[in-house]
Amino acid sequence: MKNLTILETKKALINKEFSAVELTRHYLNRIEHCKDINAFVTVCADKAIESAKKADELINKKQDLPLLGIPLGIKDLYCTKGIRTTACSKILENFIPEYESTVTQNLLNNGAVFLGKTNMDEFAMGSSNTTSYFGPCFLPYCKKSNKAMKIVPGGSSGGSATAVATDLCVAATASDTGGSIRQPAAFAGLVGIKPTYGLCSRYGMVAFASSLDQAGPITKNVADAAIMLKAMASYDIKDSTSENVSIPDYKSVLGQSIKGMKIGIPKEYLEGLNNDGLRLIEEAKKWLIDAGCTIVNISLKTTPYALPAYYIIAPAEASSNLARYDGVRYTHRSEQCDNIEDLYVNSRTEGFGEEVKRRILTGTYVLSAGFFDAYYNKALKIQKLIKSDFQQNAFNCVDVILTLTTPSTAFGIEEVGQMSPVEMYLNDIFTVTANIAGLPAMSIPCGLSSKDNLPLGIQLIGNRFDESSIFKVAYVIEQSANFEELRKNIMWRKEYEQ
Amino acid sequence: MNNNLINGWEVIIGLEVHAQIATKSKLFSASPTEFGAEPNTHVSFYDAAMPGMLPVLNTYAVDQAIKTGIAINGKVNKISRFDRKNYFYPDLPSGYQITQMFFPIISGGYIDILLEDGSNKRLRIHHIHMEQDAGKSVHDIAPHFSFIDLNRAGIPLMEIVSEPDMRSSYEAVQYVKSLRNILKYIGACDCNMEKGNLRVDANISIHKPDTPFGNRAEIKNINSTKFLGDALDYEIQRQIMEVEAGRKIPQETRLFNSNTGETRTMRSKENADDYRYFPDPDLKPLILEQSRIDKIKNELPELPEARKKRFINDYKLTEFDATVLVDDKTVADYYEKAVNAAKTPTESAKSIANWILGELFAFLNKENKNINELLFPIEYIAYLVDLIQDKTISGKIAKTVFADMIETNNNPKDIVKKLGLEQIQDENIIKQAIDEVLKNNPKQLEQYKSGKTALFGFFVGQTMKLLQGKGNPEMINNILKELLDK
Repeated sequence: MKNLTILETKKALINKEFSAVELTRHYLNRIEHCKDINAFVTVCADKAIESAKKADELINKKQDLPLLGIPLGIKDLYCTKGIRTTACSKILENFIPEYESTVTQNLLNNGAVFLGKTNMDEFAMGSSNTTSYFGPCFLPYCKKSNKAMKIVPGGSSGGSATAVATDLCVAATASDTGGSIRQPAAFAGLVGIKPTYGLCSRYGMVAFASSLDQAGPITKNVADAAIMLKAMASYDIKDSTSENVSIPDYKSVLGQSIKGMKIGIPKEYLEGLNNDGLRLIEEAKKWLIDAGCTIVNISLKTTPYALPAYYIIAPAEASSNLARYDGVRYTHRSEQCDNIEDLYVNSRTEGFGEEVKRRILTGTYVLSAGFFDAYYNKALKIQKLIKSDFQQNAFNCVDVILTLTTPSTAFGIEEVGQMSPVEMYLNDIFTVTANIAGLPAMSIPCGLSSKDNLPLGIQLIGNRFDESSIFKVAYVIEQSANFEELRKNIMWRKEYEQ
Repeated sequence: MNNNLINGWEVIIGLEVHAQIATKSKLFSASPTEFGAEPNTHVSFYDAAMPGMLPVLNTYAVDQAIKTGIAINGKVNKISRFDRKNYFYPDLPSGYQITQMFFPIISGGYIDILLEDGSNKRLRIHHIHMEQDAGKSVHDIAPHFSFIDLNRAGIPLMEIVSEPDMRSSYEAVQYVKSLRNILKYIGACDCNMEKGNLRVDANISIHKPDTPFGNRAEIKNINSTKFLGDALDYEIQRQIMEVEAGRKIPQETRLFNSNTGETRTMRSKENADDYRYFPDPDLKPLILEQSRIDKIKNELPELPEARKKRFINDYKLTEFDATVLVDDKTVADYYEKAVNAAKTPTESAKSIANWILGELFAFLNKENKNINELLFPIEYIAYLVDLIQDKTISGKIAKTVFADMIETNNNPKDIVKKLGLEQIQDENIIKQAIDEVLKNNPKQLEQYKSGKTALFGFFVGQTMKLLQGKGNPEMINNILKELLDK
C-alpha cells in the first residue's frame, strides 16, 4: 500500500490485493501516526470506513466508478455535510454544514472515500499554511543545508499538499485563488491544477475571492490529476459563474503526441530567476523540443501589474465575503458583548487571525468612497488588460505557456516570521496571472534545487477551457523529468517514512 | 408658471418607491415569499448566508422588472449588473444587500398623472433597479433579547426612482397612485401596502424659483398614500417655517410618525455610511436578449391609460367616469365583465357605469367593502340594466330592485317577478288608469284645459301612483298628451 497513485490503487482494489476498508484503515492509521505533521484538522474515521464498506460492496459486484474506494483528503473549505468545516478559522471552529459542496458531492458520486479535512491557511489567505487557526503543518522533507528546520508546504492548500506528499491519502482536493493549489504542489513535488474559472462549481466552497476562487486537485502524478479533475468538474446551476461546457476525459489525452505544439515562454517570467530556475526552464525546453514542439519567446507586458491588481481585487471581495461571519448565527460569538456593535467587533476580533484581518482591512479600504476608482476600478481595468494580453500576445501564437511555478523552493517555518507580508505575497508572482485571467494552469514537479534538494515545479498555463493541451504537455514533461527518480534524493524526516 | 408656490416657496419632491415583485420565490433562492408564515420557516441556506452558498437569479422576477420598465415607458437595458451594498445589520445575514447600483435594469421612463384642474402632468422616472429585501429584527418580545426573522430576507424588490419632478404633495400622492395602478394592471406587484408590498421614501426640499435647490430631507418607509400626503404636508410646512425663521435645513433622513402626523430626525447624512458598493462577483452581468424583451412587450396587458381611452371611445363614458373606473383594476375589470354580460353591451355600457359609480359605490362606501367582496354575480348588474333597456322596469323601479339585490343577492329578473315589478305596457290598462285620474280630478282638468299646462306633470304622477310606479313613463306621457289635447 505504499505511496500508490489512484490508478495503482484501483488496480489493487479490483484485483482484491486489499479491500477498500483495509486501505482506508491503513490511511487512518498513517494519519494517526503522522498526527504531529498536522495535515488533517478533522478526521472522519467512521464515515470513511462506512464509505469504504459501500465501495467494497460495489467492487464485489464488479461495479466500477472512477474513484471507487479511493481515500481522499478534502481541503477544509469544502462544506461537507455532517463533517465539521472551518476554513481553519476560529470563527468557524464549530461549524458543521447541513449541505455538501458540489465538488465533494461529485467526488462521492464517483465512489471516493473522505478521510477528513485538510489543514489550510485561514480562509485560504496565505502562502505557507502558517495562518491556520489549527497551527501550521509542514512537509515531511528536510533542507539538506538545515536539517532541523521544518519546511512549509506552501499555502493555502498546505494540508492537502502535506497529506498527499506524506502519503496520508491517495489524492486531495485543494483550491486556488492566487496560486493556492500550484505553489503547495510545487513545494511538495506534486501535481496541482487550477482549472479554468467556471469549470468547477464553487457551490459549497467557503468563499475567499469569488471571481478568482477555483477548485482543483493535488495529486501524485499527472494521470491522477486528470482523473480527479474530471470527477470534480461539472456545470452547476447552483453556481451562476459556472460554465456549461463539456468536460473532456483528460486521461485519454495523456501520451498523445505533442508534435507541432507551440510553447510560449514569456520573458517577464524569466527576469530575476536563480540558477536552479533557469536550468529547469532550459531542461524543459529541451524535453519539449525533443517531443517536436516549437518554443516561442513571447512577452506579456502586463505581467508586473498582476500581483498588485490581485492584492486589490482579492481582499476587496474577501472583505465582503467574510462579512457574514458576524457572531450572529453559526459563527464564534464573543462572550464580551453588551450590544450589537460589541457583538460584531469582539466576535470578529477574537474569531479572525492576523492575516485575515489584514486582508479585510485592505479590502475595506480599497472599496471605500474616494478610493474605489483609484484602486478597485483600476484593478478591474488591469484585469481586462491582462486578459487581452494573454489572448493577443500568447494564445494568438502559442498553445501553452511555460513558466516556473514559484521563484524558489519551500522555505522554513522559522523564516516565515522574518518575511514581511509583501515578501510573502511575492510567492504568488507567477501564479496569480492565471487567476486574474481566469485561465487554467498546472504545476508539475520537474527538478530539485541544487542546494537543498527540494522540489521545483514547472507551470503550464493554457487557454480558456483548454485543460487538455496542458495535460498533454504536462505528461510529456513528467515522463522526461522522471521526477520519480529525483524524488528519491529528497531528504525525508525519518518519522514520517513508511 | 407654477401655481403651487406656498408663500413664494417652490416644493421639490422626488420619490423612491420600493415595490415587492410578485413572485413565488425569492430573488436569489427558492424559498417561498408567501406573507405571514411562522418566523424563519422560509429560509434557505443561502438566505441565512451559510458559508459557500451562492445566489441564483430568479428569472421570473427579472421578467416582472422588464414588464414594469416597458409599462412606465422606460428603456430596458440589455446589460445590467448586480452590486453589493455592504453594511452590518443582524437581519442582513450576508453583510451585504445585492442591488443594482451602477447599471440598473431600467433607465428613464415617465407616467402621466391627472391634476386637480383636469390637466395632465408628465412625471419622469430616473431608473428602476432590482434588489433584495432584508429580514426583520424584532425587539419587543423579550426585554434583553432581539429576535431575527429571515422570512423576508431576499424577497425581490424593485426600486422605482423618480426625478424630482413633483411640486406638491398632491402630485406625489397621484404619482404613487398611478404607479400602483400600473403595477397592479401588469401584475408585477400586489401593491398591498399593509403587507409592505409598496413602501415609499420621499425626498423633499424647498427653494425660491430660479434659485438652486435647497437641502433635502429624506422621509423613509412611508407605507400608505394617506401617510405620504400627511408626511409631505407636514414636512413642507416645517421646512418653510425653519427657513423663514432663518435656520438652515440640514441634509438628513427623517421618519414619519403616523400617530402624531409629524416627521422627526432619524440620522444626519453628514456622516453617512460608506456602503462600499462593488459588482457582485457571484453573479454574471444580466444580459437580456431582444427577443425576451419583445416577448414581454407583446404579452403586456392593457395599461390604465389605454383602457381609459378605450372606455371613452367604445363606451362613450366621460373622462371623469372612465378615470374613476380604471383607477382601480378590480373595479375596471368588474365593470367590463358586467358590460360584456349585458344583452346590448354598447348601449348598456354607460348605464352600467352609472350604476357602478352611483348606487354600487355608495353601498360599498357605506359598508366599507371592496367591489370583489360583493356576493352576487357580476352579471346581475348587467341583468338589471337589461331589464331597464328592454323596458321591463323603469329606472325608478330599478332602484328598488337594486336595493333588494344587494340585500338578498338574488337575480334581478327573479326579484322583478317575485315582487311583481314588471312595467305595465298594456295600452288599455294605462288608458283606464288615466281615465280614472282625469275623472277623479275634474278641477285640475279644467285648469289644464284653460291653459295651465304645467299640470301635465301632476297627471303623470297621479297615473304612476295609481299604477304603483310600474307604468311605462313614456307611454303614460304619450297617451296622456293624446287624451288631454283631444
